[in-house]
Amino acid sequence: MQESLLAYRRMRYLWAAGALAAAAILAYALHRPPEPPNGGTWLGYTLGGIAAALVLLLGAFSIRKRAYASTLGSVRGWLSAHVYLGLALLVVMTLHAGFQFGWNVHTLAYALACVVVASGIVGVWFYLRYPEQMSRNRAGETREQMLAELADLDRLCAKQAAALGGEFPDVIVSARDRAALGGSAWAILAGRDRSRVVLPGAHGGGHAQPNAGQSRLVDWLGHELAGSTDGERTRLIHELMALVNTRRGLLERLRRDAQIRGWLDAWLYVHVPATCALLAALAAHVLVVFLYW
Amino acid sequence: MNAGHHRIAIVGAGPGGLSAAAHAARLGVDHVLLEASAAHAHTIQRYQKGKHVMAEPPVLPLRADLPFEAGTRETVLERWRAGLDATGANVRYGAQVTAIAKDGAAFRLSLRDGGSVTADHVVFAIGMQGNLRQLEVPGADLPCVQYQLDDPDEYRGEVIVVVGAGDAAIENAVALAANNEVAIVNRIDEFARVKDGNLKLILKSIESGRIGCWYRSGVAAVERAEAGAARPYVLVLNTAEGEARIACDRIIARIGAIPPRRFVESCGIAFPSADPMALPALSGRYESSVPGLYVIGALGGYPLIKQAMNQGYEVVEYILGRDLRPADHPLFEEKFAKLRFGLTVDDTLALIQERIPLYREVNPLQFREFMLGSAVHRPEAGAVIFRRNDYTDSFFTIVDGTVEIEIGEENPYRLKLGPGQFFGEMSLLSGRRRSATAYASAGCVLVESPRREVLKLINSIEAVRHHIDRHFVIRAIQTAFAPNASDEELEAVAARARVNDWKPGTVIFAEGDEADTLHLIRSGSVAVSRNIGGREIVTSYVAAGNYVGEMGLMGRTRRAATVRANVATETVSLSAADFDALLARNPELRQKVQALVRKRLAENARISAQPQTGDIVSFLMQQGLGEATDVLLIDESLCIGCDNCEKACAGTHDGTSRLDREAGPTYARLHVPTSCRHCEDPHCMTDCPPDAIRRAPNGEVYIRDNCIGCGNCERNCPYGVIQMAAAEKSGPKKAVKCDMCKDLSGGPACVRACPTGAAIRVGPESLMDLVARVER
Ligand SMILES: Cc1cc2nc3c(=O)[nH]c(=O)nc-3n(C[C@H](O)[C@H](O)[C@H](O)COP(=O)(O)OP(=O)(O)OC[C@H]3O[C@@H](n4cnc5c(N)ncnc54)[C@H](O)[C@@H]3O)c2cc1C
Ligand code: HEM
Ligand code: HEM
Ligand code: SF4
Ligand code: SF4
Repeated sequence: MQESLLAYRRMRYLWAAGALAAAAILAYALHRPPEPPNGGTWLGYTLGGIAAALVLLLGAFSIRKRAYASTLGSVRGWLSAHVYLGLALLVVMTLHAGFQFGWNVHTLAYALACVVVASGIVGVWFYLRYPEQMSRNRAGETREQMLAELADLDRLCAKQAAALGGEFPDVIVSARDRAALGGSAWAILAGRDRSRVVLPGAHGGGHAQPNAGQSRLVDWLGHELAGSTDGERTRLIHELMALVNTRRGLLERLRRDAQIRGWLDAWLYVHVPATCALLAALAAHVLVVFLYW
Repeated sequence: MNAGHHRIAIVGAGPGGLSAAAHAARLGVDHVLLEASAAHAHTIQRYQKGKHVMAEPPVLPLRADLPFEAGTRETVLERWRAGLDATGANVRYGAQVTAIAKDGAAFRLSLRDGGSVTADHVVFAIGMQGNLRQLEVPGADLPCVQYQLDDPDEYRGEVIVVVGAGDAAIENAVALAANNEVAIVNRIDEFARVKDGNLKLILKSIESGRIGCWYRSGVAAVERAEAGAARPYVLVLNTAEGEARIACDRIIARIGAIPPRRFVESCGIAFPSADPMALPALSGRYESSVPGLYVIGALGGYPLIKQAMNQGYEVVEYILGRDLRPADHPLFEEKFAKLRFGLTVDDTLALIQERIPLYREVNPLQFREFMLGSAVHRPEAGAVIFRRNDYTDSFFTIVDGTVEIEIGEENPYRLKLGPGQFFGEMSLLSGRRRSATAYASAGCVLVESPRREVLKLINSIEAVRHHIDRHFVIRAIQTAFAPNASDEELEAVAARARVNDWKPGTVIFAEGDEADTLHLIRSGSVAVSRNIGGREIVTSYVAAGNYVGEMGLMGRTRRAATVRANVATETVSLSAADFDALLARNPELRQKVQALVRKRLAENARISAQPQTGDIVSFLMQQGLGEATDVLLIDESLCIGCDNCEKACAGTHDGTSRLDREAGPTYARLHVPTSCRHCEDPHCMTDCPPDAIRRAPNGEVYIRDNCIGCGNCERNCPYGVIQMAAAEKSGPKKAVKCDMCKDLSGGPACVRACPTGAAIRVGPESLMDLVARVER
């Protein structure tokens, strides 16, 4: 409903970045240097200078983002510019290098810049795609509220299981204790459910078994239900089943929430370190160029 | 003379009573200080441990025989205790006074324990806290029964029963349930009159089994359990199903406090009006309507410690018949110096009160207090006093010279006001922007009074209320319909107009009713809804300063829509005949109103086609946007949850974020975070002892440095946006909330720090546009 960061101010930074890239292409096309185009011609120097300025500007976003009292534009405007100028950088630095690549520190800088830009594109894609999904998945609840609800459901399940007696309390407790939320970064990002449950003898001999989506538990409850001949007991198991199902939905939402938030964060773990490496490589590139020219 | 007789009996050993007793003791006047609790200054004893007690207002000198300066609660209390001992004051603890009656020439004070005391003069210093209501059943005196809960974390693994169904009971029960088994006892079968958040909290806790609930149950008795029982006590309840017995460790009864006003009234002291904000009528010497009965401190409308202590000293002097300049004398000397009237302070006060008819019926003590809070000005000729569209809310009276008020935008018209007249009441009453610009002319002398001081007067003196209301109506009609009509011309219409109070949710008029009145919304806001396909759909929201009902009047038809108050709302209603007369005297007005009707019809048609829009409006109204002037919203289709908004807020405000992004409800991807709405009539201001909460010209409701950290505003804000926090680690805790970054040049940091544009701020002007955008 609000305009996205790409559409900020009628895409003014798209036009600016587009103009920059177009000017660079035009100059490159018209330029007739004595040797093949490369970073050493006057145009090469100019484009290299522009590229370096862009990198510093793009990196400065990190500072502006944290300068909360700054009145230098809004963070949103900066990010909109960051995205479009970052894309223009790709054009400018490629033309600067005159398509001369090799196994050297120069090309390392180039490759790192490409990694940063590529991860940036992925980040923007996440930013456009995930908020809507996250909001829908949360359904107006905060993570804390969902966790409180989970605790409530656990309590109700335990109460119901106690009323049923027999093997129920142990099974429900094991499903609760072994329900996996979180885990390794990979597990979170993959959204994998490593929940387990310990079922009594005939159903697995007291060993913990995979219980993704609480399906093993639901199967077992279904089995108990089928075997129940007592009306009251059947009713209780039905109710327990309903609670377990609600709980399963909630666990899924929590896991999905962690997954989305994970992805919204994860790409920055490429983008930012690669930026640091780029800055180092760029410094080396400039140094090497001046030393060995 | 019998032993139970004293010259002065002082009721209540708070700062006011303590100071009175200390002074009487030092002068050797026969007295007794009666205190209900077991120690001195019960109100201060109940502050949080280590609370920093502040000595506001700093400019007011202390005049007392007890020491007082800012410091921790413990040092303040200890120094009072030592000071009291040194003066040899006659104090009786555990002596709650339950009744006061005339006994011959003296007063008889009956005590709760059955005893009584007589005195020639009585000083009431019982504060505003009221007495906690206690259980009146067998066993209520057992040690397991308590009426307060200071630290819920103190208890673990106990079975605790909370008796009561108010906010305090719910908050205690929920906090205790974290580590204990808790049940709550409610006399009726619902939780009425509690904050929305608390209601949800308790219902959810009960539903999920975290807290047990006994509805329609009353406490019958408390008993010791038989030896060997698992829990030491038994609470016996009368329930709809018969008697129930709960084995428990502890009973916490939160059944409210008896407001002191009722007790004071039962002693014969008169209050000028039924309004809860009204104060007892007092003379300049703190004497109430009952000769010989004096009222000082918070109860008399002076809610700060230093004020109470000064009055304790002064009241003893007055009882002894001595003349004494009140302690605030030097403050007035300073204040009035720039007037160059060449008069004494008392004469200047008398002159001002004499010059301004509005204040003639105010008693001198109250007027003095009122003036203490007010400022006097001598603006240069032509200076702007306030500008149209400013958000200020102070009130001005003219002592000398004239003021010109510029009304209307297109062809402005200047209205001249002279000595004795007042202006600025429009924004004061509606909480809306200034509707006109005011200019000073040569030789003008003005009194500017803060909103709270004026509201205090309005609420305690009927004549003041009536006078201001009348003017408001004239100006409102003038501004809306007849910018060039004089006050005299409108006098008659204004006299027939009515001021109506609407509780939140009440219907002002309903679809299909006969259309016979027009309502100018003076404060609050309304929702307009129509029945579309059997469902009530909100089609629009109308803010204060506008009017509703014109559609039916123009067409002489039945009401085409239902209008309902969103929040507590006041309207000024005009009859059809009066409205016609106004239309007749101004042909342009008819066109203006017709244009508005067309616009509203178009809006109706659009919304009828998109009923979801109506649901969004309803949702936003429920979240308090009906009284908001500026609120932070988050578009969840863009928010990536980076919390940069919170970080920016904390980063620019001493490290505490004043917004909680994640909390708060969401509807149609529109999220309302926990953050200040900058209400038109801010609830938080209601009960702030040092009047620290103010509104800045751009509408920001902010808290000044003189906050004493009492936490009243935190409780009074229905949206839970105020927190108590310290600027530095060991500094005093004060109330903090959003100030819309009024001291930063770029505007709200939250919005400027949001990388995606999800965080936005909206006010009443942009609300409907936003709603229209949500659809797309
Ligand atoms: C949390 C909090 C923090 C505050 N912080 C500050 C601050 O930092 N600085 C400041 O200046 N002000 C502060 N205030 C305000 C201050 O506490 C009051 O203005 C002040 O206590 C008023 O004094 P008082 O003597 O009028 O009444 P109180 O202090 O309320 O004293 C009334 C006394 O009367 C007793 N009593 C009541 N009824 C009876 C009866 N029937 N018989 C016998 N005794 C009775 C009570 O037990 C009590 O001891 C704070 C208030 C609160 C609630
Ligand atoms: C993001 C910024 C930059 C990137 C990614 C980049 C990348 C490259 C690459 C890939 C080459 C080709 C190397 C080769 O011929 O094998 C090159 C050449 C060169 N660059 Fe840059 N460069 C950047 C900025 C600069 C700057 C700021 C300068 C000037 C100080 C500069 C000066 C040169 C020079 C002189 C050459 C030619 C060296 C040669 O031909 O051996 N570059 N650059
Ligand atoms: C060489 C080019 C680039 C550099 C040096 C660079 C650098 C940075 C840096 C330093 C940050 C700040 C991270 C932080 O402090 O939290 C950042 C954030 C970001 N960048 Fe880039 N970037 C580049 C190109 C791009 C491109 C091309 C895009 C997108 C197409 C992009 C998208 C983003 C986004 C979306 C953010 C996150 C904003 C936020 O969450 O606050 N970047 N970048
Ligand atoms: S703090 Fe609460 S009551 Fe005060 S203005 Fe803000 S939202 Fe309204
Ligand atoms: S701002 Fe709040 S906490 Fe501070 S004095 Fe006023 S009401 Fe009390």
